Amino acid sequence: MEHISLEKETKSPDIAFSKASSLRGVVSSGNLEVLIEIKELGGKCRFEIDTAADGFGKTWKAVIDDFMERRKPGNLLVSINDYAASPDVVGLRLDQAYEDLKGGE
Amino acid sequence: MIKDRKKSKERKLAAALELTDGKKIVKTDSITGLLEAVLHSGDKLCLEGDNQKQADFLSRSLLTLDPEKVNGLHLLISTIGLPEQLDLFDMGLAQKIDLAYAGPQGHRLAQMLHDNRIQVGNIHTYNELYSRYFMDLRPDVCLLCGVEADREGNLYMNGSVEDSPAIAEATAFGQGIVIAQVNKIVDKARRVDIPGDWVDFVVEAPSEFRMEPLFTRDPAQITETMILMGMMTMKGIYAKYLPRTLNHGVGFNTAAIELMLPTYGEELGLRGKALTNWVLNPHPTMIPAIEEGWVESIIPPGSELGMEKYVEANPNIFPVGADGSLRSNRAFAQLGGHYGCDLFIGASLQIDVLGNSSTVTAERITGFGGAPNFGCDAGGRRHISDAWLKAGEEYSRGGLPRGRKLVVQIVESFQQGMQETFVEKLDAVTLAEKGLFKLAPIMIYGEDVSHIVTEEGIANLLLCRTMEEREQAVRGVAGYTQAGLKRDREKVEELRQRGIIQRPEDLGIKKLHATRDLLSARSIKDLVKWSGGLYNPPSRFRNW
Repeated sequence: MEHISLEKETKSPDIAFSKASSLRGVVSSGNLEVLIEIKELGGKCRFEIDTAADGFGKTWKAVIDDFMERRKPGNLLVSINDYAASPDVVGLRLDQAYEDLKGGE
Repeated sequence: MIKDRKKSKERKLAAALELTDGKKIVKTDSITGLLEAVLHSGDKLCLEGDNQKQADFLSRSLLTLDPEKVNGLHLLISTIGLPEQLDLFDMGLAQKIDLAYAGPQGHRLAQMLHDNRIQVGNIHTYNELYSRYFMDLRPDVCLLCGVEADREGNLYMNGSVEDSPAIAEATAFGQGIVIAQVNKIVDKARRVDIPGDWVDFVVEAPSEFRMEPLFTRDPAQITETMILMGMMTMKGIYAKYLPRTLNHGVGFNTAAIELMLPTYGEELGLRGKALTNWVLNPHPTMIPAIEEGWVESIIPPGSELGMEKYVEANPNIFPVGADGSLRSNRAFAQLGGHYGCDLFIGASLQIDVLGNSSTVTAERITGFGGAPNFGCDAGGRRHISDAWLKAGEEYSRGGLPRGRKLVVQIVESFQQGMQETFVEKLDAVTLAEKGLFKLAPIMIYGEDVSHIVTEEGIANLLLCRTMEEREQAVRGVAGYTQAGLKRDREKVEELRQRGIIQRPEDLGIKKLHATRDLLSARSIKDLVKWSGGLYNPPSRFRNW
């Protein structure tokens, strides 16, 4: 088990959401659970990651950076429970939860 | 001196005569004697190990031969499916092998090759190997398997005709000996798949020949990543080029697409406009699309266990004989895959940054099967279709107008166990450099690939103008693999602006919609329901 905390910021972030929170995925082998909640973080996003696979810090950072670049969000608390999901599944779940938070846009 | 094949055959037939009923039938327990009579040391022996059916009784019987008497055999086999087929080498009966595919025995073959315990002539594609049976690899003896034989030697094979016509014709007309194991000897064969006058000996096997359900993919195992890749393929490639003739690989990625035809495909308005004529084994995951009227025809290289009744109920789609059962034919289906298809889509184990792919790793040599014939732009194709012309336009870019097959690789950037699909250098190339192969066994060359689809997006390689662009296009969809992380982000963004790389958002695809709700069947049981109860899945797929 490894815990990774990341704080990310993007210029003029998008903070308009139509839901307070969204949960996607399940904790099962090769999968993960992503919970995104709206939270006043001064425009930043915080990622709290619990992962069963140690030593992938660099990959997590790359996946989160891409998510931030793709969506440019702010004021989000993202909690992740990972059971060795591959990076593509992580990206998919983040985007799914985010799209849900935006009201399916 | 050139061998007198005719005289050799006559001598062998004479030596075996006393084991027959006076004509062609040999008793089951006389099989060793028969094989001893007709097999000479150094003979080329073609053994029917097909993709699905295996002449298992004859394979086992070969192991009863005395390697002091018979040795140095040169085995010709399209698929090594059984351990006994490699035991022949460990026992000293056989020395050299020419093959097309070694799926289930791939690990052992790799080990034997590393240890120098087997000599591999070549690893072929199916059609290459079949054609060489008529040329420089003429079998001295072939061992077939069928369902029924009559006393004249006429063979009936039900749906799994597969390689038999090619093997039997090459051997019979090349002055070789044709032996068939059959499940049952009958008075009149249900249908004649191989005419009796091509067949020298028939033996009833103690049990039915072995078949593997290779093409059954349980919808329950389809993930949302596969669904997302399927949506991108359908919207970004199928809806754009509208290929009418196509082949799908056997993986879960393409099974997902098959199950999404009646849902997402319908939404895209593709029914009747594209995807009408297929080269495909009878995939159970095609049942919903067939039921919804998507499919005009399917020519199968083989059969699929459990699909017999469903196929027989659909003679307008599948090649069904006057007797009511399927006749597959791998040689013609492979030719269809090579020349007849506007599109091929399949997966691979490794893809390098120029798009070359291989399934060979240091631990496993699977061979090629039909993939290189399906997965290449057939240079000899001359007939025209809209999809072929449209792809050709992108490819020729103002030069001499050409047509072009769409060759799509659909892969997740990581395989199971976090193995990276995208690599700087293929294992196949490393193994060739170490001297294991004279030429790196590449399954599909990068220059033949038109598109790569991953969870990250689609790379259109037809539109790349330079090798540098191609490399960045591949890296640009290679996800978080090392090869993907090494992308030039600016260049990739430029390729995206030019439509060479398309992300889901560029295609107007919401990831939120990539859920299992898009699967027309979510379990094997759903497939049974779609088939009106005609599909009868093998027990290993029944969990209700």
